[in-house]
Amino acid sequence: MRNAECGMRNESRHSRPGLKHAGAGCSGNSGVLERREFLIAAAQGAGLATIGGIVWAGYVNGAKAAPLVLRPPAALPEPEFLAACIKCGQCVAACPFGALRLSAPGDPVPVGTPYFTARENPCRMCRDIPCVPVCPTAALDLSLVSETDESGRLEFHVNKARMGLAVIDRDTCIAYWGIQCDACYRTCPLIDKAITVEYMRNDRTGKHTIAAPKVHSDHCTGCGMCERACVTKKASIFVLPRAIAMGESDVRYLRGWDAGDEKRLHDAPAETTTKTPRSKRDPLDYLNEEVR
Amino acid sequence: MLPALRTHRFLIARRSKQTLTLLLLIGGASWGWTIVRGNLSAAKVLDAVPLTDPFALLQMLAAGSLASAEAWIGAIVVVLLYGVVAGRAFCSWVCPLNMVTDAAGWIRRRFSISGGLAIPRSTRYLVLGLSLVLSAMLGVAAFEWISPIAMLHRGIVYGMGLGWLAVAAVFLFDLAAVKNGFCGHLCPLGGFYALVSRWRILRVMHDSKRCTQCMKCTAICPEPQVLPMLGKWDGAVMSGECTNCGRCIEVCPDRAMRFGLRTRGTGGKAEKEATS
Repeated sequence: MRNAECGMRNESRHSRPGLKHAGAGCSGNSGVLERREFLIAAAQGAGLATIGGIVWAGYVNGAKAAPLVLRPPAALPEPEFLAACIKCGQCVAACPFGALRLSAPGDPVPVGTPYFTARENPCRMCRDIPCVPVCPTAALDLSLVSETDESGRLEFHVNKARMGLAVIDRDTCIAYWGIQCDACYRTCPLIDKAITVEYMRNDRTGKHTIAAPKVHSDHCTGCGMCERACVTKKASIFVLPRAIAMGESDVRYLRGWDAGDEKRLHDAPAETTTKTPRSKRDPLDYLNEEVR
Repeated sequence: MLPALRTHRFLIARRSKQTLTLLLLIGGASWGWTIVRGNLSAAKVLDAVPLTDPFALLQMLAAGSLASAEAWIGAIVVVLLYGVVAGRAFCSWVCPLNMVTDAAGWIRRRFSISGGLAIPRSTRYLVLGLSLVLSAMLGVAAFEWISPIAMLHRGIVYGMGLGWLAVAAVFLFDLAAVKNGFCGHLCPLGGFYALVSRWRILRVMHDSKRCTQCMKCTAICPEPQVLPMLGKWDGAVMSGECTNCGRCIEVCPDRAMRFGLRTRGTGGKAEKEATS
């Protein structure tokens, strides 16, 4: 039985052809051969793991860097979302408008994750947000779009969703040319909050009014209804992920003549220390460098 | 029973089970059925019982996401189901890629295609470890991004895209490069289930007195290394790598194999006695 066991073990390890007959030496110098075989296998394994790991990591790293994706409501910020999404598609199945899609290989979106394309099929902002509570891993975080009221009942507020931000190209938006178009404004589920119309003098004609749409980032949910409604050939109002579309002003820049805005200063740290390394050179030297 | 039916009874049951699973998932995604919604990564049965791919959850943990209580419950349900009861039955009774690789295996046998690369079956544990390391490094569940299994079941339920290419690659790999190459050598999900299935209850049992050592079982077995006892000793298949597919049972002309419930220690003791 000893030999049988020996052969069996070799077989189970699928020893390389060159060492196949090592089983014969099972009783004698097997220790040396086994050690040699083990070391070779370990080296091969390490090599394969390294090469495979580099290719694998390279692919995943490249694939996850797809920044222009619109996620379902209440999605965590993109890096956390990618870590938490298990790619089960239950949100996609729950969407009554078929707006959500689960990315298939070949789509320009991380594989298996849910997204929507605003121009084709935007988010309708259902009041009961059916796509969010079904998420099994909280990659869609219900707490971002809900509140518990006094009686302890969970209330859904889809208007708190921040899927993206609508951005207007003023050079191609025909309303900014002076043509009467308010397609985006009229279709906006948060009309007069997320999109308002501003009246401006048409300096080009000197006679007319421009009724220009304006997006307000503190209300826009990024649902994309405006992008779908836009009448220009390629939408002149379109939704971008907020992380890309928005800047960030420092807390110390205040809007003048706005008493409320000063409140932001209360949250600011009292003192900020900035450390700028001082040059060790004499100013007289380097200021006159070119002159000399 | 018809002889052909007898020699294919588990195969027919498995193909029915695999197809039914996909059908229910498609119904859940497209036709409003509520029996089971989601896919094989995570799903919910009757809008009540969550099921989670425990290996995907493990990768998510490595990636730094704690997921949710529901995902944990789902993973525990699945680990208990396979680890305690059914063994690595996911691979042979649920996974749709099994139909693809079995087709490749069938063609290999039918046209006596042999040879190819020699890679150790333990490579799957290397891939498993690599999955977790890369998940931690990249902050995403690394295997889920390249898994041809996920591309197939996700694709069937929600749209295939270019996922066919990955499935075709697995088929060709199994057909031309390595016998049972993907499922038996590379797949870390299979490796994961093999590791947790070591203490399962449902096992293939062998009766050595009936065995004539015709080796039909090892010829058809996708993991033949789990059958070292043929004609030598009685007992259960001990290795977690057995997928409980039942092919060995139905092809055995001597009725020397059967499904049984593991009685504590039987197989292990018999194995030790037989080999010492």
